[in-house]
Amino acid sequence: MTSEDWLQAQAVGPLIRTYARRDKVPPGLAERIGVALEAEARQAPRTTAAFRPRRVWRPLALAASLLLTISLASGTTWFVTESRQQTAFADELVASYARSRLTDHVTDIPSSDQHTVRPWLAARLDIAPPVFDFADRGFPLLGGRLDYVNHKVVGVTVYKRGLHVINVFSWPVNQPFALPATTPASLRGYNLRSWTAGGFTFWAVSDADPKQLEKLEARFCAALPTRTSSLEKVPSRKPTSTALYIDMAQLTPSPAAAELRLLPPSAHE
Amino acid sequence: MSNRISPREFERLALPHLEAAYSLARWLTHNETDAEDVVQNAYLRAYKYSSSFSGQNFRAWLLAIVRNAAYDWLRDNRMPELVSDIDVDELTDIADPAPLADDPETVLLRKADHGIVNDLLAGLPSHLREVLILRELQELSYREIADIIAVPIGTVMSRLSRARVQLLADGQRRLKEASHD
Repeated sequence: MTSEDWLQAQAVGPLIRTYARRDKVPPGLAERIGVALEAEARQAPRTTAAFRPRRVWRPLALAASLLLTISLASGTTWFVTESRQQTAFADELVASYARSRLTDHVTDIPSSDQHTVRPWLAARLDIAPPVFDFADRGFPLLGGRLDYVNHKVVGVTVYKRGLHVINVFSWPVNQPFALPATTPASLRGYNLRSWTAGGFTFWAVSDADPKQLEKLEARFCAALPTRTSSLEKVPSRKPTSTALYIDMAQLTPSPAAAELRLLPPSAHE
Repeated sequence: MSNRISPREFERLALPHLEAAYSLARWLTHNETDAEDVVQNAYLRAYKYSSSFSGQNFRAWLLAIVRNAAYDWLRDNRMPELVSDIDVDELTDIADPAPLADDPETVLLRKADHGIVNDLLAGLPSHLREVLILRELQELSYREIADIIAVPIGTVMSRLSRARVQLLADGQRRLKEASHD
């Protein structure tokens, strides 16, 4: 190539940067990938890869939570950011709720029939979260929706209370998932409430009064067998209790994550 | 790392690169739906083989898998367009940049628009198109590009310059044709 060619070729960069198509990620792709990964992870027998190290980390994590001043070489950052993670989690729930209201896309499957909504969710989540129509007790079912919270696809059931809409997010209690120990009961004008029943952890988000969320929780607990496990605090109907299921191990990185964090910065770009 | 990481950890690492991955797949497959399939496939593949990640540069490692998935897809679904195992860099000059008009890049720059540039890019052979996309659009380093397409840095640079020359030549031909119409 001659130097003249070279000079001309230099025009190509600006040309491309100015005019070439910049593709945006299609909506839903990240969620679909999340679902596919979950399915893959479930399918492959995990031997003990994911779980054995956790058992080692759990006591460490608990120690860190008890001794506030302790400084673990790699654990400190996580400990410091833990409450931030909790707020971030609540934030995501509120954002999901607000988004669904703003875009007027409250449900993906609008139906007041729990036997329609539950299978619809089950088909997309590989678990069947409890769905009820409490129309006769003041919480008619509006339908179901999928959303993406904390890097995971989550099923949302939507209820109506008077003029208000209530979103109920649910996860199986044994699912590795960061559930905050103390979450704000309200955030940016929305109210949050969480409880555990029937093997699921529920998070309700709404612009309705906290008392209404309390009532909805009571409906759920009455309809589901209450689970008593050492990991859960039992009096889930206490008005003051917001978080009932705490697993510190879920808030700490697994050794694999810790290992990855030690990689040179270029690995994270 | 001998064991597979959890899906969540993998997503935390891999989702930030989704746009780059999708863009690369889209430019290689010429098609939105196919690009989505390719990316999803590649992410799954990357997750399955995450233990083979050596810890150098996650983005390059991931994009290499996306690229391979895209070529696999092209191979399986049509496209004599590319894929042969001959070393494309051994081929002699493809473009004929000789009869350039006066100040051609200025003319092209003035007349260019989104449609023209996208067409020109799409019209390049994929081994030239991909280096331009990775370098000019995604602004990756030569080193990263070399890792992604698995060739030496020198090859990246020579492909880049050939890609630029050919894109310009194609552009001028197109403008000339347009002016004759």
